[in-house]
Amino acid sequence: MITHLWINNEEAVAIILFGIGFTMLLFQKNLLKKLIGMNIMDTGVFLFLASMGYIEGRKAPIITDGVMEAAAYINPVPAGLVLTGIVVSVSVTAIMLSLSVRLYKRYHTLNIDEMYERSRHAAEDR
Amino acid sequence: MKNRKKLFDKLYNVVAVICCLLLIGVLLYTVARLPHYGEENPRTVEVVERYVERGVEETGAVNIVAGMILDYRAFDTLGESHVLFTALICVLILLGKDEKNMRKEFDSYYTVEYENYHKLAGDSILRLVGYLLLPCLFLFGIYILLNGQLSPGGGFSGGAIMGAALIIFAAGFGFETVDKVFTEKLLKTVTFIALTFYSFAKGYVFFTGANGLENHVPKGIPGMILSGGLILPLDIAVGFVVACTMFGFYSLFRRGSIGHDHTFMDQQ
Amino acid sequence: MGITQAFRILLLVLLIGCAIAVNLTKNLMSAVIIFMSYSSIMCILWILMQSPDLAITEAAVGAGVSGTLFLMTLKKIRAEDGEEKKKKKKTAGRKG
Repeated sequence: MITHLWINNEEAVAIILFGIGFTMLLFQKNLLKKLIGMNIMDTGVFLFLASMGYIEGRKAPIITDGVMEAAAYINPVPAGLVLTGIVVSVSVTAIMLSLSVRLYKRYHTLNIDEMYERSRHAAEDR
Repeated sequence: MKNRKKLFDKLYNVVAVICCLLLIGVLLYTVARLPHYGEENPRTVEVVERYVERGVEETGAVNIVAGMILDYRAFDTLGESHVLFTALICVLILLGKDEKNMRKEFDSYYTVEYENYHKLAGDSILRLVGYLLLPCLFLFGIYILLNGQLSPGGGFSGGAIMGAALIIFAAGFGFETVDKVFTEKLLKTVTFIALTFYSFAKGYVFFTGANGLENHVPKGIPGMILSGGLILPLDIAVGFVVACTMFGFYSLFRRGSIGHDHTFMDQQ
Repeated sequence: MGITQAFRILLLVLLIGCAIAVNLTKNLMSAVIIFMSYSSIMCILWILMQSPDLAITEAAVGAGVSGTLFLMTLKKIRAEDGEEKKKKKKTAGRKG
């Protein structure tokens, strides 16, 4: 299994990055750190997709010198998917960040445990 | 009550560690059984062959990726640019300032911004770098935008570079300078025209294509700048939407409005 | 193993290192900056994987715009923090 993982090292690193992002999402208490973790998960998925399309020794999918054979270029489908994915991930990040700014205005903290405590205190006071 | 919270925390940690390890283990086990890295995967070859071998003839674009995302899968990109627009609207709802949206005691940040508004914001290093870098950045963004069908790049990359250049402009020279050129009305008009143009142009092509009618958009000679049929105008539309969205995000995060906010700022 | 291969593996190791460093830093500012450098390393990897479209987009969006948005959020939070502390000092001064 280890030798297979060494051959597929790009995909293995993508999965490890996904795992690190997931761990950050679960264990970090700070909302900004959670968001960075989500972004790392995103890039892990992108790396995995793009590495599935890469073929050793072939060129980027731009037709040069009239060479029209599919055997001369790498797979363009994952590149197109990832291109749209990167731009969507930044808009998701922007929405999440503005939500956390609003949460900070309400509770004056980014720590999710303290936020919970303060919301409970507010409910008890009422 | 406290004990229960502590117990929950301990349980949460244990379960979370087990979940993470299980997830990574299962995924790594799968990766070890995937086709080897750098070798061709025979299952995906059919679509790729069609895209590469007949792409130039069918779309007129030399860059297969641009031809793919703006011709074969243009509907996907239409939804994508609407996602960007929707995200901008969401951030506007969440961070835009009006009387109901902000409470005086917590939003002193904006008043600080107001004091800085009439000064030339940014320090001298940033401004000098801006003088040197900004013309090149805008030119590079426009180049990538217009050459989407010939070389790497296209709407998303060019738009993002132009948006980043606008952000550097605003950070170095202050919003007062940017507001002379780039107003909220301009952003609204550009985004509206770009999205409507995209929808109608692609709607026309889909209608004629689905009904077997003749398509009156000329393909041009592959390799020339005016080639690729609708790809160049669609690239420009997507690029403008992306640039406006990026600058809109920055402006909303920085001062709570896209353009110069007369009603609110002149009150203070 | 050619020199490109070795360079690629070095970049992958750096990628994991950056991800773990983001996880472990206490300071939010340095976490954001490490994340931006992570995106730059990613951008070189895209070039090595023959997808220049992705490299350009990642350099502009991942390292540029999203990092800026994180920094703006941090600035906003710090500004509000500072104002609150000032106000507390003022009220404490009055009481004293």
